[in-house]
Amino acid sequence: MQQLDALARDAIALANGALPLTANEAEAARQLQICNACRYCEGFCAVFPAMTRRLEFGKADLHYLANLCHNCGACLHACQYAPPHEFAVAFPQAMAKVRGETYQHYAWPAAFGALYRRNGTVVALALAAALALFLVLATRMAGSAFGQPLAGNFYAVFPHNFLATVFGLVFAFAIVSLAIGVRRFWRDISPAADLPRGQEPLLAAARGPAAAEATHKAAALSYLGGGHGDGCTNEDDRYSLARRRFHHLTFYGFLLCLAATCVATLYHYVLRWQAPYPVTSLPVVLGTLGGLGLLAGPAGLLWLGHRRHPLQGDAAQRPMDRAFISLLLLTSATGLALLAWRDTAAMGAWLAVHLGVVLALFLTLPYGKFAHGVFRSAALFKHALEKRLPSRLQLGAD
Amino acid sequence: MIDVLVIGGGNAALCAALMAREAGASVLLLEAAPRAWRGGNSQHTRNLRCMHDAPQDVLVEAYPEEEFWQDLLKVTGGATDEKLARLAIRASGTCRPWMRRHGVRFQPSLAGTLHLSRTNAFFMGGGKALVNAYFRSAENLGVQVRYDAPVDRLDLQDGRFVAACVGAERIEAKTCVLACGGFESNREWMREAWGQNERGEWPADNFLIRGTRFNQGTLLKFLMGQGADIIGDPSQSHCVAIDARAPLYDGGIVTRVDAVSLGVMVNREGLRFYDEGEDFWPKRYAIWGRLVALQPGQIGYCIIDSKAVGRFMPPVFPGVRADSLPELARAMALPQQPFLKTLADFNAACRVGHFDHTVLDDCHTEGLAPVKSHWARPIDTAPFYGYALRPGVTFTYLGLKTNEHAAVHFGGRPSENLFVAGEMMAGNVLGKGYTAGVGMSIGTAFGRIAGTSAAAAARKKGVQHAAA
Repeated sequence: MQQLDALARDAIALANGALPLTANEAEAARQLQICNACRYCEGFCAVFPAMTRRLEFGKADLHYLANLCHNCGACLHACQYAPPHEFAVAFPQAMAKVRGETYQHYAWPAAFGALYRRNGTVVALALAAALALFLVLATRMAGSAFGQPLAGNFYAVFPHNFLATVFGLVFAFAIVSLAIGVRRFWRDISPAADLPRGQEPLLAAARGPAAAEATHKAAALSYLGGGHGDGCTNEDDRYSLARRRFHHLTFYGFLLCLAATCVATLYHYVLRWQAPYPVTSLPVVLGTLGGLGLLAGPAGLLWLGHRRHPLQGDAAQRPMDRAFISLLLLTSATGLALLAWRDTAAMGAWLAVHLGVVLALFLTLPYGKFAHGVFRSAALFKHALEKRLPSRLQLGAD
Repeated sequence: MIDVLVIGGGNAALCAALMAREAGASVLLLEAAPRAWRGGNSQHTRNLRCMHDAPQDVLVEAYPEEEFWQDLLKVTGGATDEKLARLAIRASGTCRPWMRRHGVRFQPSLAGTLHLSRTNAFFMGGGKALVNAYFRSAENLGVQVRYDAPVDRLDLQDGRFVAACVGAERIEAKTCVLACGGFESNREWMREAWGQNERGEWPADNFLIRGTRFNQGTLLKFLMGQGADIIGDPSQSHCVAIDARAPLYDGGIVTRVDAVSLGVMVNREGLRFYDEGEDFWPKRYAIWGRLVALQPGQIGYCIIDSKAVGRFMPPVFPGVRADSLPELARAMALPQQPFLKTLADFNAACRVGHFDHTVLDDCHTEGLAPVKSHWARPIDTAPFYGYALRPGVTFTYLGLKTNEHAAVHFGGRPSENLFVAGEMMAGNVLGKGYTAGVGMSIGTAFGRIAGTSAAAAARKKGVQHAAA
């Protein structure tokens, strides 16, 4: 009977030009129906309060909730309906599977969405190709200088303008591609899409505070705190702040590295100071600190990921997670190695390797795990907006 | 030899184990279930009813001892022991810092449960999160835990505990706390307790069990045979009306259907049988299990129209949906003529004033038996929805008689080293009826008392042994 109803709904949805739910989406909707009748996990994160504003879960709701989920795992261990219960609720896993589809579905250009499916292979190939490219280029461009101690002068190996052009273009493409993807996502989940009449001023007034709240929640990773601040779960029901801390090291390490690059760019173009910069200079200090964070953070995340409970996450996405984290780890490791040996004959080789890794990272940025941050931020913004609007349900306050 | 043996793995057992361990006793806890199913009925709970004289973290306003006591008196109709009840009530006001120390976290009342924000402290993540926290804390403190260890019988001497038997294994301890639940999961005992009705039916055959499948009542029955003092009526239990499609065991909270006060309830013959709007649903949900149990076939049908949608907590199973009442009768296999007459009579009797589900409003029926006192609105707006409901037993009230030290009694005399806590003795406080969260208040209070008593008794026994 329920299956018949579902079929009928799909048929109606199709007739209206909407896509039917995928198997993963339907499974997430089934579990949400159980969660919505229980609600015990409401205090853990934003997903469950967002869920209680709904009675049914359509495609857009599912992708919104899936991306709001930080996969902290608290609900899995607290769940009275988790396997071996016949209701088989494995909520973090159901959310993870839908998230994987979000990234594919909203990828731009659309054909590149397929790159998510065999992401481990894609990243490995990108890395191999980028490494080969830079090693070949290094011997060609630097000629006889390659293999000589160059006192840290990178531009003796690769001209500055060449590097700026290549990385500028690739990075810009990554930004544009992710921006288009998340814009399409936003169009489907925006509260403005089905706003009841008369609530426009409410929504307008909510935008500023909601943006501030979402930024804070993302920057602080509030929802890796488990609601009580004790942290999230990993291999069993114990709470720990390790994941949040390793993610902070990774994310802020990445930002520091980015900041180092920006400062160096300013030095180069505005102040006309040529690299190499001294070890105590701002770009090198920022880059070193960032690099250390980007070593410890990804290493910790890989370790935690390796030990994580199998029902907390989607095994099929493990290669994607690991490939991205490994690239981050390689980026910092090769960057720090380059710094350490920049005055030796190995500088050219380290530079080529480091640039190869960074190029692979930038190339795969819009088609890998990095996308989670963009979609997560959009979902956090939506939640911060939505909770400032009145609920449409009148569940008995009695 | 172990100081304190705790039999059971739910909230009361864990509270006892933690208190005994904190008092310095060596503790072994035997859980009948495998690890994945540990925690008994506690894994399905969500809050604890707490007295408090001023707002506290997740609790608003005040809920003084006297009000809690009056609520308890009302729901039990006096079938309670004031001394023990007040003991549990007072303990509920002071136990939460201790619970927090052992890792339990609280959250504000859930969406749709605003009515409980004053009286009940919700566990973050629910009862399974609480059970997990207690097990973690117990293991950290050095409590030994064994799963898959159902105790079949005890070795008693003149009302003293000597040993517990798990199959062929005999486990001795200086003292013992029994906290292994009621007998609701034991289908045969339930059948016997409810007997055969005037229609020749065995009502309990149609009951569903909302909680664990491991509460077989093995030790309760054993102790009855050993002459332990018993309290309560075996047919009394916390029993609510739940979706008939719920699994036989462990359906938990999601199988409840909170739409009863928004519509009408009819039985298998298509007739109404009780005032659906007598009082607020949270004050009445616990009577409907018994009401349905008394109907033919032990089944009831909650009927609502589209006006009610979005006004009650969404149930786990969607209702049977129909565009007309005759179609709904067919879809639910209800006798069409009496059903349509019941609905027509009800609709005609409705005196609709200002519908407000948050107060005892003025929408009621006139000239109808049974009356619907509040929230009576004609069921006339398609689509219509129906939910078949069956009695869902949470836990039985038949238990061991006890005192303020949680001692098991034999012939009116308290045992010096056998104690009891949780659903196994809740009947002392809760002779009938129920009010949300009170089971956990009793379990926490008496679990902690039993653990303390057992540790003290073990120490005393140690001293006696040393002296000898």
